[in-house]
Amino acid sequence: MTIQQGIFYIFSFLTVLSASMVILSKNSVRALLFLVLTFVSMAGLWMLLESEFLSITLVLVYVGAVMVLFLFVVMMLDVELASVHEGFTRYLPLGFCIAVLIVVGLVYAVGPKNFGLESVPIPAPHPVDFSNIERLGIILYTRFIYPFELAGVLLLSAIISAISLTFRQRRENNKAPDPHSQVKALKEERLRLVKMETRK
Amino acid sequence: MIALSDYLIVSAILFGLGVAGIFINRKNVIILLMCIELILLSVSTNFVAFSRFLDDIMGQVFVFFILTVAAAEAAIGLAILVVLFRKKKNIDVEEMDLLKG
Repeated sequence: MTIQQGIFYIFSFLTVLSASMVILSKNSVRALLFLVLTFVSMAGLWMLLESEFLSITLVLVYVGAVMVLFLFVVMMLDVELASVHEGFTRYLPLGFCIAVLIVVGLVYAVGPKNFGLESVPIPAPHPVDFSNIERLGIILYTRFIYPFELAGVLLLSAIISAISLTFRQRRENNKAPDPHSQVKALKEERLRLVKMETRK
Repeated sequence: MIALSDYLIVSAILFGLGVAGIFINRKNVIILLMCIELILLSVSTNFVAFSRFLDDIMGQVFVFFILTVAAAEAAIGLAILVVLFRKKKNIDVEEMDLLKG
């Protein structure tokens, strides 16, 4: 067994184990932390596939930003745990059957018969000075420049829609300061200078 | 050595777990969103594995865009979830019948 095989088996075992804990755990925070573990171990597998940029992006952007967003929302909503897990055992056999069906079908389709070592040989590893980021960057900024810009616009529209969905209007007779009127206030409205005689 | 089929089988198992999670969790919308993330991750893994074994960078470009769209989807989904929780005080999937569908 080579070292690559050892790494592959450790990471794939970790991925499958933590993914099954995501769907089975009772607590949403715990499920989310297992999801983070799934992403990190999958990033390890991607690193083994020599796509370094995407692997690091998965950890930095996905685990660092999106999963933290999930964590914020999970902790903000106080959902009672007991009611959340009703009906769990009722649907467990159905879910299990569906999962087994899908996995058996997919493994039959993509198994060693079709995509084994004979039909798809392992390509030669890239040389030491090969830069995955450079190759990806060159193709992203030339051939895929238009979709790349569109992805930026998509993210902007996601920001705007998320803010406008959750934005709350000010209630009437709210005592909190209103920044809008504070900025508009002039010196003459607030301040009165009084000249007084000094008394002895 | 590790063949392409090994990576594809891992991602197939991940896909099956994601779909099973959608079936099992009928109460919590957050878990449903997490299962969608699992499915997207397994699809991305397929892309990366084919990109390596066919020596074609195009698969990684696709994964880049999948990550972008998934981040946008998670942000909007969570925003909708927060609004829903404010209105109904729970996030039960079976009680979501406002649209009478």
